Amino acid sequence: MTVPRIRFTFWKAVFIVIMVAGVYCTFLRFLGGLGASTHLSDQFPWGLWIGFDVMCGVMLAAGGFTLATAVEIFNIERFHSVVRPTILTAFLGYLLVCAALMYDLGLPWNIWHPLIMRNPHSVMFEVAWCVMLYTTVLALEFLPIVLERFRLNRALKVMRSLMVVFVILGVLLSTLHQSSLGTLYLIMPNKLHPFWWSPLLPVFFFISAIAVGLAMTIFESSMSSKYFGRELELPILRDLGRALVVVLALYGILKFEDLYHRNALKLVFVSSYEQRFFLLEIFLSVLIPLGMLLFPKIRESAQGLYLAAVLCLLGFVTNRLNVTITGVENAVGGRYTPKWTEVVITAMFVALGFAIFGLATKYLPIFPEEKEHTPAIGREQAAVTEIAVPVHAGD
Amino acid sequence: MSKGILYDATMCIGCRQCEQACATENGLPYDDKIAAEEFTSVHKFTAVMTRGDKFMRRICMNCDDPACASVCPVGAMKKTALGPVTYDKSKCMGCRYCVAACPFRVPRYEYEKAIPGVRKCIMCSKRVAAGKQTACAEICPTGATKFGERDELLEEARKRIHDKPDAYLHHIFGETEVGGTSVLLISSVPVSLFGYPTDLTERALPMYTYQVLSRIPDFIPLFGTMLGGIYWITHRRQDVAEAEAKEKESKGGAR
Repeated sequence: MTVPRIRFTFWKAVFIVIMVAGVYCTFLRFLGGLGASTHLSDQFPWGLWIGFDVMCGVMLAAGGFTLATAVEIFNIERFHSVVRPTILTAFLGYLLVCAALMYDLGLPWNIWHPLIMRNPHSVMFEVAWCVMLYTTVLALEFLPIVLERFRLNRALKVMRSLMVVFVILGVLLSTLHQSSLGTLYLIMPNKLHPFWWSPLLPVFFFISAIAVGLAMTIFESSMSSKYFGRELELPILRDLGRALVVVLALYGILKFEDLYHRNALKLVFVSSYEQRFFLLEIFLSVLIPLGMLLFPKIRESAQGLYLAAVLCLLGFVTNRLNVTITGVENAVGGRYTPKWTEVVITAMFVALGFAIFGLATKYLPIFPEEKEHTPAIGREQAAVTEIAVPVHAGD
Repeated sequence: MSKGILYDATMCIGCRQCEQACATENGLPYDDKIAAEEFTSVHKFTAVMTRGDKFMRRICMNCDDPACASVCPVGAMKKTALGPVTYDKSKCMGCRYCVAACPFRVPRYEYEKAIPGVRKCIMCSKRVAAGKQTACAEICPTGATKFGERDELLEEARKRIHDKPDAYLHHIFGETEVGGTSVLLISSVPVSLFGYPTDLTERALPMYTYQVLSRIPDFIPLFGTMLGGIYWITHRRQDVAEAEAKEKESKGGAR
């Protein structure tokens, strides 16, 4: 019991240090402007805050719509117990993305302008509306958790009956938003390196978001069982791992076909700055996790699933950073490394994400243990033993 | 109809009077130090570049279908009917997508300012609207920078190249690049020597994104119906299963 307590205070100290530094950097950003607080330039108008906080923030929030689709639309009941943590992550993720945008925009007080000024030809206009609407939908999807906590049963009933509408809206908006972050780069065919520029960019962003949604759910469940003493729902994670195999395989094949048809495949075998980053990305995101998960032994074990999920997440984070930064460096003729203030602000958002997630799981019924768990687990276990028996018999 | 600028590098003497006139017109500082800067910036919208005895102007190309105007979420960047691509700071929210999207790397952002904006040549839109020439064309002592109807300037450029085929590269930069630009460049050496991009498509860049964006209105009802349909079917299956289970139970009880 003492070990987790020490660990908790250690992380608390880390959190406080990051937050103090973050507040200091916030002053630097808003008093000194972007020039004083970032390494952004006309060569690199988008840096770490767009590449990580926004691009990866949105991507890491993809578990929300992926699991909502599986459970609410496809009615896959056994995933029910992991939906809430993913909705929480998605909601938190989008709130943090909005906060990060306030730092990155040159004139953040004009952030509402797309509401009344429209340019439907602009992908950024679509992005702006998707962020606004999906954050609202996520708030509505999250609301029942709060209502349940305060036992507002009548409101809860109304919300539950409307939930299908919110979920369908959420899936629609997510699909548009995840892909639109790739569409942003379609207009830069002569800036973005051929490893990444492709007419299929929106499709790649969408499929990878689903993969990340699954990986993130595995990651979260594993972390929650480690740090919050939750029971690890291994059978669910195994199913998620299996789904991840399929999505990663689809992504990998499409990526191969795309490179092949654009005559970019040969570039993979020529040593270059971009090649190293591309190989890092593709090995981390697809090849290693896919290779791992194809072995039943790894796919069935908690550690194996966790490791594959983490590699996959790191790989797709690398992908988003490659698209925003690595892929344009040679075209604009320069290298971008974030300024320390940029790193601190990003660290602050990550820390805030972890902290609020921890608090929310403590005070809100995120993990359905108290009420719904008993019947759900009964059903799950029944299903598991049914599946598990023939497998063991085969061994 | 649509105005343009023809810059003939072979006629340019590098006097930099266009830089001076541009600074005055836009209320920007200009001195020897700024004159020596051979690149555009937040305080310099046009620059005369020197490579040996060759000159070339850097200036916003004022594209016919500009990427910057297409990507701007709030419509702060606009292609006017007369030709200039203008910028309205009061609309701008500072996302810098225009800076990222411009194939000529023209828009400059005021990173150092607390209330920043985008700065670039707007082809003297006010003067042009008033029927006047751009400041740079008006001041040019040799006629290297010429203002006029884009169609006529294009004809003139063709004629100049035709009349003196040895003095020019047989290419009018801006005629078809990214769908055509209001500014046209002709020169005896490749413009790439001065940092202009050469891998540009003839297709206007906004088409790349518009072919995706234009499908969204069709996509929403289709995808929404599909999701709703799947929900209906999967939950129907559950209802049926539950009803059957109940029936079985009651039968079992009857026995």
